[in-house]
Amino acid sequence: MSLDKSDIEKIAWLARLSISVEEIPKYSKELNNILDLVEQMNGVDTANIEPMAHPLEITARLREDRVTESNQRERFQAIAPAVENGHYLVPRVIE
Amino acid sequence: MHDHTLAELSKALQSGEFSSTELTRHYLDRCQAFNDKLNCFITLIPEKALDQAKIADERRSAGEAGPLTGIPLAHKDIFCTDGVRTSCGSRMLDNFIAPYDATVTEKLNAAGMVTLGKTNMDEFAMGSSNETSYYGPVRNPWDRERVPGGSSGGSASAVVARLAPAATGTDTGGSIRQPASLCGITGLKPTYGRISRYGMIAFASSLDQGGTLTRTAEDAALLLNAMAGFDERDSTSAEEPVGDYTATLNDSIDGLKIGLPDEYFDERLDDTVAERVREAVRELEKLGASVRSISLPTSRLSIPAYYVVAPAECSSNLARYDGVRFGFRCKDPVNLADLYCRSRGEGFGREVKRRIMIGTYVLSAGYYDAYYLKAQQIRRLIRDEFRRALQEVDVIIGPTAPGIAFRIGELADDPISMYLSDMYTVSVNLAGMPAISVPAGQIEHLPVGMQIIGDYFQEGRLLNIAHRFQQATDFHQAAPGNI
Repeated sequence: MSLDKSDIEKIAWLARLSISVEEIPKYSKELNNILDLVEQMNGVDTANIEPMAHPLEITARLREDRVTESNQRERFQAIAPAVENGHYLVPRVIE
Repeated sequence: MHDHTLAELSKALQSGEFSSTELTRHYLDRCQAFNDKLNCFITLIPEKALDQAKIADERRSAGEAGPLTGIPLAHKDIFCTDGVRTSCGSRMLDNFIAPYDATVTEKLNAAGMVTLGKTNMDEFAMGSSNETSYYGPVRNPWDRERVPGGSSGGSASAVVARLAPAATGTDTGGSIRQPASLCGITGLKPTYGRISRYGMIAFASSLDQGGTLTRTAEDAALLLNAMAGFDERDSTSAEEPVGDYTATLNDSIDGLKIGLPDEYFDERLDDTVAERVREAVRELEKLGASVRSISLPTSRLSIPAYYVVAPAECSSNLARYDGVRFGFRCKDPVNLADLYCRSRGEGFGREVKRRIMIGTYVLSAGYYDAYYLKAQQIRRLIRDEFRRALQEVDVIIGPTAPGIAFRIGELADDPISMYLSDMYTVSVNLAGMPAISVPAGQIEHLPVGMQIIGDYFQEGRLLNIAHRFQQATDFHQAAPGNI
């Protein structure tokens, strides 16, 4: 399995990363090298082994349903790239 | 003043030999004098530091000082610090002034410690050489043409150069232990969940763990006492009681059973590094430990499994950087997709983009089972193998890194070779166990580290072994000459 130019473009789009056309061959080579390394996993039989997502295998804790955070909108918006009247601004999405 | 350990500084402040203000000023002077040469700090905060020092001195006069009150330290620039830029080594967060404190910084502030500044690091903690930082590479004080290791390279470089008596770090695949090894200091990665991840910028959430970079194991114990503990704001924080890690430092290690994995001493390891580590183990034998060979065959698959799990989690965690709420935003986006793609494309560096892309690929439709699920199955095999071994021996010992510090640029264009420099550390993160790297001598005036791995929540035992080793040897006292 080897990633070609169109695979790299597709992955970059899924990850919402702009990459230049000139960079594609290098990414393609590097990503393929990493996948070759990862292929070593296929040398081990893992049938019937339960996947381990987390080292301590804890389950998510539940807490009482009450408000624990205070409203800090001004503080958080002070570091935003573009705000207006308490809203975050993005390019127009509805014509 | 700067040759003192934390433990010695604590005593000197207590006895009134000097004040926190004097001590802080001394360290700030050193930082200002040497940071240009080493690039270990991204941000220095002299005014805030002197304010904290003044408060610490007042606390002491009022009889309210604890063991760490008034002692300066440096924070890796991955821990959010209220009102201070927290860049994570990335252009993406170059303008990010954290609006809150991480639990780690909050706890160390509460203990009265003084923050000198924020240390340089590989971008988003992705790297083993500190060369992926947006702020340029950190230099190793032993040889400024060489890397300090990474990703906590700025912290390691600052501590060994005596620009800070101690520093915080994070370890996702070796990012505390490997730089500690390459710089010749003591680096502790506690059990996963032992220290809160709240406010610690996420890379791979099931692997990330905060820890310490210090000169001695005793200093690591002092810091861990203040940093460890359950935190309800971290959903995977461990609900295990915290002991006094300094209380057991001097316990006897007579009868300690050490396992040396065959796989950690095979042809992939530099012969001279192997020799140093074996000599260090002989020191532990003189203190009453016994040694036997063990086998950890699945550990050979830890790098492949890690380079699925870590990028997968990274691609998911770093999805939050979208140019909308905080961080870098590209100029004049023409539409929403352009805003996302260019903000991320221009805000992230190459290594981060590489890992996001690998992670995106292994999680994409049709490939999940072959990569992510397979890696999680191997993760269980690695964990089970460690646990079986740790029923027969008390600790596992080996090298921290396969070699000494490499030259800046030497591996920069070879991601795979760079990844392999973490081959002895990543398996510990996959399993979630604690481990410590301690100096074990030098090769051609460059430090070598020995790694001690223990069972879950055995930090006290690891610190005890490391401390007894440091009482019997002087490797940890070696300091670079002219910086």
